[in-house]
Amino acid sequence: MSDGTGTGSGAAEQGTERRVRVVLVDDHRMFRTGVQAEIGRTDVTGVEVVGEAADVDQAVTVITATRPEVVLLDVHLPGGGGVEVLRRCASLMAAAQDPVRFLALSVSDAAEDVIGVIRGGARGYVTKTITGTDLVDSIFRVQEGDAVFSPRLAGFVLDAFASTDAPPVDEDLDRLTQREREVLRLIARGYAYKEIAKQLFISVKTVESHVSAVLRKLQLSNRHELTRWATARRLV
Amino acid sequence: MSAAARVAETDEPPVRRLYRSADGRWLGGVARGLAGHLGLPVIWVRAFFAVLMLTDGLGALLYAVFWIVVPLGVGGRAAPRPVFETTADGRRRLRKPDKGQVLALIALAIGFSSFIGSINVDKQAGRYVWPSLLIGIGVVLVWRQADNARRASWTDPGGRRRVLQLVRGLVGVALVGTGLAVFLVVRGSVAQLGTALTAAVAVLTGIALLAGPWLVRMSQDLSEERTLRIRAQERAEVAAHVHDSVLHTLTLIQRNADDPGEVRRLARAQERELRNWLYKPEGTGKDEDEEPATLAEAVKRAAAEVEDKHGVPLEVVVVGDCPLDEKLAAQMQAAREAMVNAAKYGGEGGAVQVFAEVEGRTVFVSVKDRGPGFDLDAVPDDRMGVRESIIGRMQRNGGSARLRSVPGGGTEVELEMERADG
Repeated sequence: MSDGTGTGSGAAEQGTERRVRVVLVDDHRMFRTGVQAEIGRTDVTGVEVVGEAADVDQAVTVITATRPEVVLLDVHLPGGGGVEVLRRCASLMAAAQDPVRFLALSVSDAAEDVIGVIRGGARGYVTKTITGTDLVDSIFRVQEGDAVFSPRLAGFVLDAFASTDAPPVDEDLDRLTQREREVLRLIARGYAYKEIAKQLFISVKTVESHVSAVLRKLQLSNRHELTRWATARRLV
Repeated sequence: MSAAARVAETDEPPVRRLYRSADGRWLGGVARGLAGHLGLPVIWVRAFFAVLMLTDGLGALLYAVFWIVVPLGVGGRAAPRPVFETTADGRRRLRKPDKGQVLALIALAIGFSSFIGSINVDKQAGRYVWPSLLIGIGVVLVWRQADNARRASWTDPGGRRRVLQLVRGLVGVALVGTGLAVFLVVRGSVAQLGTALTAAVAVLTGIALLAGPWLVRMSQDLSEERTLRIRAQERAEVAAHVHDSVLHTLTLIQRNADDPGEVRRLARAQERELRNWLYKPEGTGKDEDEEPATLAEAVKRAAAEVEDKHGVPLEVVVVGDCPLDEKLAAQMQAAREAMVNAAKYGGEGGAVQVFAEVEGRTVFVSVKDRGPGFDLDAVPDDRMGVRESIIGRMQRNGGSARLRSVPGGGTEVELEMERADG
């Protein structure tokens, strides 16, 4: 779906200085090949694909063996899905030295899939219609420890946190601050970080820290509320 | 009661078959089913059975025969009423009984007691009547239980009320057992009761040991077979869908291979439809023609139409949802106009972002593009698109619209509207 208009030349230039090792996990070989062709020109994009896997067991083996910096993880996988890979790689994610970071990449935009992998520890979520340059950009952002929220993911998260009419169990975790909500809303409206920073008169770094805080809350917030949210939407 | 008659009049199937009714029944659903079948008020049928009861219990016999022979079905009543109803404040309470039902119950009780009175002439007979009655009630309980289990298989796949069912079944068995025991006791064979019970238990255990594994095996096979059948049905449905729409689209794409715009439009429409079909819980992809009833649906529908028409991708994010009222419908029209503008003038910069949020009573919609942007003051007065269709329409309906350019290029239209009622 890449339009290839060359809008992302910035990422390509940056790619020459930065390097990131990536593992592709997807059960469709055609898709892996396509992504590889689009982002795998290491000298241009800075992305080096060091391994591929087609199911959960393979993924865990390949990730453990190659220790990539970023894993592009499909949500629907034979053998338990992306959530299972995340579960079995929990120790790698939590490693103090060179943690493996996961970026969910899925054709599904069903809320339960998205929220599921994010709660499982993925640092971001993008759909497969993303352009090559945007994908490279997202990979680098995840590598730097930043969270990648697509507008759609921001919408799901706002939805999940908005519908808690009962007082949350843990105030700190289960509520988004006014600022975080504003940032999420602007992401959902399609603003880039730079634009959000300008709009709210804060620095890009601050935007990033708000987004990371939201991600942390989503991953840690109590199961009860999110289950209720999912049940209300007949997702579980 | 008239509901049953009405159903029989209006909703007449080509071949009429007698079913016991699963809805609105008291016992086996025989009377309700017969009433639906014959087009009579159900109370007449019940009265008929009650009267027959008086003639040496013929009614009960007839009823039992019907119960055994006639399969359980749905019908004979327009809408089932649950035992609990939900009040306006969301609490559940026991529903108020029908006046007719109460009357009929009283009549039934009178008929029944007079039936008992008519046979309970001397003490000797009474010794047999009460145990038979116990056995009868027990049998009825267990039969009704079996019906419920059967009905559950086509209404409610989750076994939520399994405990209740178990209790009812056990009570039924206990009643039958007690009845039989009393029979034995009054016939003066208390001394032989122990031996008889031991023998019975031994025989039952033997049968269970012999037939048990086979029964378990059979039920496992049955459920496995059912799973396979369901899976096959699902697969057939997916195959049909893929055949219908995806193959159709692929053919069109081949035919239009030299028109990239058309190919992209077709692919996007197909992708959206298939996505809707696969990932939305209740989305069948078939209800395309119905009018949207909620805000989220309306936004998605408008975006899909604009996307198809103008060949520009629209990314839709909806937070929260609410039913569509008149004011919101106007807002939707304004939003649609904004989407068309964005697709027409700002579509080169990538996908158009549509964001809708319901927060309390306020509904906010933003439509944002990454095009060159435009200055409202520079638009000539005769171009009514923005001024009338968006800003004017919102103001006439008590909302507000704002146009602004986004830092970094592009235009954003913000529409805000209060819902008519909470």
